[in-house]
Amino acid sequence: MKQIAATAAAFGLVAALATPVLAQDMSANIKARQGQFRILALNLGVLGGMAKGELTYDAAGAQAAADSIVGVSMVHQPTLFVEGTDDMSVEGTRALPVIWENTDDFAAKWAALGEAAKGMQAAAGTSAEAIGAAMGPLGGACKSCHETYRTP
Amino acid sequence: MKSLALKGLTALAIVGAAGLYITRPQTVDTDTFAALTPDPAHGAQVFTASGCASCHMAEGSKTPLILSGGQRLASPFGTFVVPNISSDPEAGIGGWTLDQFASAVTKGTSPEGQHYFPAFPYAAYQKMTDQDVVDLWAYMQTLPADQTPSQPHEVGFPFNIRTALGGWKLLFTPKDWVMPADTPQLERGRYLVEAQAHCGECHTPRNTLGGLQHDAWLSGAPDPSGRGKVPDITPATLGWSMGDIAYYLESGFTPDYDSAGGHMAHVVENMAQLSASDREAIAAYLLALPN
Repeated sequence: MKQIAATAAAFGLVAALATPVLAQDMSANIKARQGQFRILALNLGVLGGMAKGELTYDAAGAQAAADSIVGVSMVHQPTLFVEGTDDMSVEGTRALPVIWENTDDFAAKWAALGEAAKGMQAAAGTSAEAIGAAMGPLGGACKSCHETYRTP
Repeated sequence: MKSLALKGLTALAIVGAAGLYITRPQTVDTDTFAALTPDPAHGAQVFTASGCASCHMAEGSKTPLILSGGQRLASPFGTFVVPNISSDPEAGIGGWTLDQFASAVTKGTSPEGQHYFPAFPYAAYQKMTDQDVVDLWAYMQTLPADQTPSQPHEVGFPFNIRTALGGWKLLFTPKDWVMPADTPQLERGRYLVEAQAHCGECHTPRNTLGGLQHDAWLSGAPDPSGRGKVPDITPATLGWSMGDIAYYLESGFTPDYDSAGGHMAHVVENMAQLSASDREAIAAYLLALPN
């Protein structure tokens, strides 16, 4: 009897220890994915600023920003969007549970971002006007995913 | 004594009947709309600015001009299921007359003479010009027919008593403009925001009966689904310039290059199709709001 109680207590301890470890693991995934969106936003800021004429156009800087966006678009997303990291399950995220119901569509939307990013990569070194034209498809890729998979 | 009770009952019946009469579903004046010449091309612009497709297309649809309905709008009063308003004569509104359409859009009254629930933003659309309503109807008749049947709303007692909506309309749908506008640009912005794009429906808080609090116009509200918040877009809180707002409405990008999500992504798709001067007019209107 004593043995059973000890075993149960040990299990309880293991469970108690395991839970925060697991949560910590997932918080790293959430941080990583939020960081990648921040990288996208910062580089879009450079490109958008040049397209709007708020920043002086500079071909090398624009190219570096566009290349960075392409780089992020190549990051494998399932590693970052692990199950159990939706906004109903954990704090600090706006990812909707429907992501994990439509993983194929979610992957397709991410692939569409990659295509739009390549369009920007081809345009960025040519002119501010070309950047402006390539911003439309990029913004469209952001919107089409956010409208379904992120809280407003 | 008996006669006193009878008199009381009679008086009550008269007051009740008068109440029902005052709050009965209203329809438009028949000759007003028929006298106007429809311009379906301009109707397309009205359709886009008014955001019809954003709610009336199927959930996640890639063909927003097929207005088959079916989106579910959660609210504290129940879930509204958006109806089919395609040109199909049976499932949609293809069999309607111009007067029936105008009564629906500007009075919130169905062809059967029932009050519509205000999830349909007639509180805003009632401020549209008659010409815009006529043009909109002409355009919508050119859109594809779809046979998907409309589904009933999932609204429980007592909110499912449509007769009561007559009183609700009287109390909460004033036809006056919320904001003054003393330049042509502000007037245009006000028309787009208050009459067509119906921004206030989500961005303005509601009282316990679901009426918009006009004294807190566009100052943000809980998301009607119960999760998240619709932002305060009055100038001091928002802190965006006219260029920031216009660019957001065109591209979906905020000044720090986050991008619009949820239903606002649909709104941006619509606003992106307006003219640059219309987007600036909306920005001017928002910047003129009181803090």
